[in-house]
Amino acid sequence: MGIFDYAPAPESRAIVDIKPSYELFIGGEFVPATGGAFKSVNPATGEALAEIAEASAPDVDRAVAAARQAYESVWSRTPGTERAKYLFRIARIIQERARELAVLESIDNGKPIRETRDVDVPLVAAHFFHYAGWADKLEFAGYGPNPRALGVAAQVIPWNFPLLMLAWKIAPALACGNTVVLKPAETTPLTALLFAEICQQAELPAGVVNIVTGAGETGAALVAHPGVDKVAFTGSTAVGRQIARTVAGSDKKLTLELGGKAANIVFDDAPIDQAVEGIIDSIFFNQGQVCCAGSRLLVQESIQDELLDALRRRMGTLRLGDPLDKNTDIGAINSAEQLARITELTAAGEAEGAERWSPPCELPVNGFWFAPTIFTNVSATHRIAREEIFGPVLSVLTFRTPDEAIAKANNTPYGLSAGVWTEKGSRILSMARRLRAGVVWANTFNKFDPTSPFGGYKESGYGREGGLHGLEAYLDV
Amino acid sequence: MSEKTTAEKTAKKARAAAPEAAASVASPAGPKAASPASPVRLDVRKTYKLYIGGAFPRSESGRSYQVTAPDGTFLANAALASRKDARDAVGKARGVFSGWSGATAYLRGQILYRIAEMLEGRRAQFAAEVGSVEGLSEAKAAAQVDAAIDRWVWYAGWTDKIGQIRSAANPVAGPFWNVSSPEPTGVVALFAPERPALLGLVSVLAPAIAAGNTAVLVAPDSAALPAVTLAEVLATSDLPGGVVNILTGSSAELGKPLAEHMDVDALDLAGIADAGFATSLEQMAAENLKRVLRPSSAPADWSEAPGTARLTAFLETKTVWHPVGA
Repeated sequence: MGIFDYAPAPESRAIVDIKPSYELFIGGEFVPATGGAFKSVNPATGEALAEIAEASAPDVDRAVAAARQAYESVWSRTPGTERAKYLFRIARIIQERARELAVLESIDNGKPIRETRDVDVPLVAAHFFHYAGWADKLEFAGYGPNPRALGVAAQVIPWNFPLLMLAWKIAPALACGNTVVLKPAETTPLTALLFAEICQQAELPAGVVNIVTGAGETGAALVAHPGVDKVAFTGSTAVGRQIARTVAGSDKKLTLELGGKAANIVFDDAPIDQAVEGIIDSIFFNQGQVCCAGSRLLVQESIQDELLDALRRRMGTLRLGDPLDKNTDIGAINSAEQLARITELTAAGEAEGAERWSPPCELPVNGFWFAPTIFTNVSATHRIAREEIFGPVLSVLTFRTPDEAIAKANNTPYGLSAGVWTEKGSRILSMARRLRAGVVWANTFNKFDPTSPFGGYKESGYGREGGLHGLEAYLDV
Repeated sequence: MSEKTTAEKTAKKARAAAPEAAASVASPAGPKAASPASPVRLDVRKTYKLYIGGAFPRSESGRSYQVTAPDGTFLANAALASRKDARDAVGKARGVFSGWSGATAYLRGQILYRIAEMLEGRRAQFAAEVGSVEGLSEAKAAAQVDAAIDRWVWYAGWTDKIGQIRSAANPVAGPFWNVSSPEPTGVVALFAPERPALLGLVSVLAPAIAAGNTAVLVAPDSAALPAVTLAEVLATSDLPGGVVNILTGSSAELGKPLAEHMDVDALDLAGIADAGFATSLEQMAAENLKRVLRPSSAPADWSEAPGTARLTAFLETKTVWHPVGA
């Protein structure tokens, strides 16, 4: 160890108690599944963490029935003031158990403790706190004097922000008076199951929140169930499309938050050091496994060399390794399947003629890892410039004029997010207006807040999560 | 409407059989032909064509169909729009989207109000046409036209207000300026209901373009006649060509090409009465995640106050972040 190297600084995992096996959470109780079981794996080591119950279609049916029962007999009759207090309670318990949740999330997902501790879990608590306050103020939201709940919400969430996506789904649903059946991703169910315990601790009425674990089949059974009034999904565009077909012709209200291929545009007058930090956040936050990741860097031609030199230098300082180490910047890729996808797409990038670069970076032997990577000499037709990689891989393209930057940025079927870096205010505003994306970060990137609506244009889905706009998804308006 | 009839053939036959007969057919747009005492003046009839990109072409397919009154009286031949006409219309709507969505809300409001003005000036013509198409009394037809005019006025006033009621300055927990505001979705394919013939199509069209979208409007069956007359109003109201494109004919035929078209961003299925067909169009729309406004399950009362639901159905929300600092 050299004098400037870091000593290991692992967060203790003693705070979490991972059980050998987990059941479904239906009607306020943990109950066995009839669909068998699967294993959740620690992606940083490849070791199995626990056996997770797999919900079959009859299990999903039971969960929906429990949610319906709770909706009809309890939750729809619970005044907003009381719903608010339950949500405030949940927010407080999340804050109280924040470290436990952060450690468990890092273990199950592979993301660095620095992120779960400083970003994911604080935002989860904030989200519940925000929507708690809405529960008794819905008539002021602009949807008329007495906006009504929809009923039972079916919610399917991804593995990249397991607990945060749970919060984005459950908090507004409950605030608006719905009950929910939520299916976490099959690779990251543990924090959702801990959240079920938090619901018990908060004495949330039985059946208001139900959690069914399983893979795609469980999710498909849930969204297709005739007893649900609302479907909310975050995940891939391919699955979102399938869900849209499934609910077609029904009365189910649908919101979808899907893939992205965001452009992060850097003009020649941008503050280079800040832009480099922004680029690092945009593509290496959560190992790039972020739907709104700035996976296409559009740099103005005149500063390309200067910017890329600075970016490469900064990438050389990123620390990849144990997600529970407090100094880790880049954790593990969530699954072998996702690692295979990233590997395949980056191989295609090289085969199509783009130039690949990664800093010297030793990868752990066990688990699923991918070094931070940039591609230069990327053309708009390359797969790595068009397809969502969902990994720590940045494709660099160049432009000369604002018009060219807009044309390239919008040249994608996605429209979730975009970034702009320039010191010129009028240019920021004109770029922000012309970018066809639901979230535009100007001189910043990957910022989230419960009051700030998030969601896509075009094939990145529809509906918004967060703030006043996020209520609409769970109200009959 | 008698489906798939080649109207020109029919018309030719009719002329060959009894040339004078044409003169006695009711004109949708005006009073009956002259009284028997005076010399017969032949009505000058209108040719009903499509409205695409600000021009009035016939269907590229060369097809037309007969529009008849509820009692079977021949009213006119309307162009039977094809899949290719639908593609042309989408292309025109896409081409002018950035201009129309980028126009000021004030300008869009003035243009919508201008449409109301132009419609007001042709109240009698629309009342006669709606009356003959729907078989309505004069009073009922006039009431429908008035409601349609008022609907344009209602939406004209919304263009510079919907942005305010749908915007938010978000109090994020950090040093950031954070604002959300609505933007139009893009190219919207609208399936107007056949009844009420004028009010129905105005009720789906006006909110879509008020919000800044561009539109391809399918006016089904006999709704073709007021739709094409409305196109004449649109063409003289400073509305840029291509913002509204009107296809007349069969929703059943035009549904698939529009629902599948990858350059259409949203569908309004108001006029699709067959639930199974509406479902299949919604399924096709999923391919590029079109926003879909489903037909209401209960029969819609188009005379009711419309609210803002049809405006917000085709709006996206954009959120912009910027750091706050010295």
